Amino acid sequence: MSQYVLRRLMIAIPSLLGISLVLFIVLALAPGDPFGELATNPNVPPEVQAALRAKFGLDDPIYLRYLHWLAAMAQGDWGFSFVSRMNVDTLILQRLPTTLYVIGSAQLLALAIAIPVGVYAATRPYSIFDQIANTFAFIGFSLPTFFTGILFILIFSVKLDWLPFVYSTDIKATGIPWVLEMIRQAIMPVMVLGLFQAASMTRFVRSAMLDVIRLDYVTTARAKGLGQAKVIVKHVMRNAMIPVVTLIALQMPAVFGGAIVTEQIFRIPGIGSLLISSILANDTPVVMAVTFVFACLVVLFNLIADVLYGWLDPRISFR
Amino acid sequence: MFDKDLRTMIDDVKDGRMNRRAFVQRMIAVGLTAPMANQILAIGGVAMAQSPNPYKPTKRGGGGPLKLLWWQGATLLNPHFATGTKDQDGSRIFYEPLASWDADGHLNPILAAEIPSIQNGGLSADAKSVTWKLKPGVKWHDGKPVTADDLVFNWEYATDPATAAVSSGTYADMTVEKVNDLTIRITFKQPTPFWANAFVGAYGCIIPKHLFAEYKGGKSREAPNNLKPVGTGPYKFVEFKPGDLIRGEINPDYHMANRPHFDTIEMKGGGDAVSAARAVIQTGEYDFAWNIQVEDEVLLRLEKGGKGKTLYAVGGDIEFIALNFTDPNTEVDGERSSMKTKHPILSDARVRKALALLVDRESVKKVIYGRAGRTTSNYLNGPEEFVSKNTKWEFSIEKASALLDEAGWKIGGDGIREKDGKKLKLLYQTSINGPRQKTQAIVKQACQKAGIDVELKSVVASVFFSSDVANPDTYAKFYADIEMFQIPMTQPDPALHMRRYHSREVATKDNKWQGRNFPRWVNKDFDAAVDAADTETDPIKRADLYVKSNDLMWQDTVVIPVMHRAAVEACTNSLRPALSGWANQTDNLQDWYREA
Repeated sequence: MSQYVLRRLMIAIPSLLGISLVLFIVLALAPGDPFGELATNPNVPPEVQAALRAKFGLDDPIYLRYLHWLAAMAQGDWGFSFVSRMNVDTLILQRLPTTLYVIGSAQLLALAIAIPVGVYAATRPYSIFDQIANTFAFIGFSLPTFFTGILFILIFSVKLDWLPFVYSTDIKATGIPWVLEMIRQAIMPVMVLGLFQAASMTRFVRSAMLDVIRLDYVTTARAKGLGQAKVIVKHVMRNAMIPVVTLIALQMPAVFGGAIVTEQIFRIPGIGSLLISSILANDTPVVMAVTFVFACLVVLFNLIADVLYGWLDPRISFR
Repeated sequence: MFDKDLRTMIDDVKDGRMNRRAFVQRMIAVGLTAPMANQILAIGGVAMAQSPNPYKPTKRGGGGPLKLLWWQGATLLNPHFATGTKDQDGSRIFYEPLASWDADGHLNPILAAEIPSIQNGGLSADAKSVTWKLKPGVKWHDGKPVTADDLVFNWEYATDPATAAVSSGTYADMTVEKVNDLTIRITFKQPTPFWANAFVGAYGCIIPKHLFAEYKGGKSREAPNNLKPVGTGPYKFVEFKPGDLIRGEINPDYHMANRPHFDTIEMKGGGDAVSAARAVIQTGEYDFAWNIQVEDEVLLRLEKGGKGKTLYAVGGDIEFIALNFTDPNTEVDGERSSMKTKHPILSDARVRKALALLVDRESVKKVIYGRAGRTTSNYLNGPEEFVSKNTKWEFSIEKASALLDEAGWKIGGDGIREKDGKKLKLLYQTSINGPRQKTQAIVKQACQKAGIDVELKSVVASVFFSSDVANPDTYAKFYADIEMFQIPMTQPDPALHMRRYHSREVATKDNKWQGRNFPRWVNKDFDAAVDAADTETDPIKRADLYVKSNDLMWQDTVVIPVMHRAAVEACTNSLRPALSGWANQTDNLQDWYREA
């Protein structure tokens, strides 16, 4: 098994190199200029803009810029933001806790809803409970987050005035009031994201369960006289979870990557809003670093999912 | 009256304990005219033409927190690197210039003891040097005194090419020398009638020498204080998260009496303009939101809630349509819109005039800009003394049609005019931005009625305003017949604003399209007027020259002004911000207060 993991990690290197090359080229070919804002400002002579471009190496050929980036990355230097004039890793690390807290809670909420609801619905297909769960699931994933987000703001902030809609990273309180305020301001974004994710995941869990629940070995287990709960949890769920684990594992990078739309709406200073503001400002080193971290996480979590398969189903062997 | 009283009152005005308006009002109350009151002040040593912001609080602090919402958060806090206004606004909380611009476009001393003038010997008669005196006793947030060395250092820092400072243009073509500990002299290479650029306003903010001296030039990016400002401003630095949050606390040693009013300050970034307006006007979660470019209709609806309102600061920002004088469809030496060509349609002055008649500015104002716009016939809209009264505009499809008929463009079978078998067809480009696309539609409709076929094109703003040499869709390349955007006027002086239409500024392939004269209009009289104004030291003659150059642009229809735009801000009812259309929103932050 350790050999398998090692081999997979070795294979990951060329694919990450390929990904980074494609990312870099796409970003380099994209139009725009980090110093474009200076162009219409009559106070700033064009030479200043040209000097800045030269200083940050924007006028070098693409392959040279890529090699510079790669060499720096290999030494653990993530690059330097044109716009903030600070190291990219500091920028990202600053934003990571908020992202993990908000998006992570949303994922947990989604799982906490999706697994029990999906499992229960699958054990009683086409019952009233199943119908209601299905209806809500369809409504949930048909409504985009920008819509539900604004709807929540209008209801809970503007009309009822219960919850704040601007996420604040410095709450002036300590101890219990601080915890309560952190929860209060996260309720709306977590709900918006969590319910959206829960909706599609519920459907997924239900269908995975239904696939397994009809199999012969389940009937055998029941015939042995095992109780319903034991059959469902130990026999059906464990096998049904294989595709669900894949889905969750592939969603994990998204937890780190943040949720661009939701973060914009609630002004959550997460990685997603960093990414979008960097794209808008043409701050390529930041965009490059964030997307590359994203790529690494996808590769890593794929590997973790593969390892988890072996634990869930010992018949799957690593070779 | 009261010789002694008068003298104390003049002193009060001098020290900022009483504002000028209050003084003038009291003088009027005892029967003097306003100009007479101003004269008294001038004789008393208070320089003319300053209009301090009203400020009521009588003690420092006690105003609670001030919560600002900037929907584009500041990304860095060194004023010399500030790429956009968001960065300048963030830096300005902690750093200060010698003087800032007030609502009327006059100088308001901040770190300076007084505004240089001919009377106080600060200005030389030949306009080649300025002497600034620092207010004594001002301290950096870390307790070190502010001296002339700091000022000289800022000039050295900005002009060192290796520093790659955005402010380098502000400090170019001058030398700065220390006269004594509190005095500097700026010597210009050319006579410079507009001397109040260096050390003034957003790019004039001063950073401390003792913290940045080691980080001048190539090492500028390593300075730890790039992210931890130590300035002289009303608030001291607490925390900074790029793009998200700036926090500050009251500076108990601030150099102005009774200021600042607020105990803490917070500037939150991110989100969008509409929800920012909502957080201020509708829910009151924040006190002030910056740059609310939202349709007036939406703002009016939000204001019905009654918790906040919108504020308008009028400067010189102009939204306009520029006409191309060269041919965008013919390539000469690898360059379209080349100076070697002439526009086949727009080189006829009658067609240009007809187009100007087809822009329905009143409708654009009514439907789109609302309270945030003023119709105008001028390219140059301020300050007052530079605004031409010789121009006019009207909207008339009939007159436009008559002009086009006269120019030989006859209505063809499909309702589109044609001449020598060629259709009257124009490509109209702008950046993607809601109000601009609506304006395009209004202009297109009027043009269609007059028999002009207008094709609309919208380019993403990040491309349209980029200096990317390889991209054909930038405003500077102008590969279209007409184009529309806004040029901000960043200071209350027209020099930079007007100089861009000088013939030596034409954007061409040779200068990598960095020239600023993108309509590629060449007019000898205009060149002469702008050149003369650059060195004219008599303010009245200089204003006349700019009025003349504006009128030349109007006569030739180089640009069609669409809207004189005001900056729109959202603010809670109790907050009293000090705003100016000639400065950034935080430029007079020390004067902000909350009505009890």
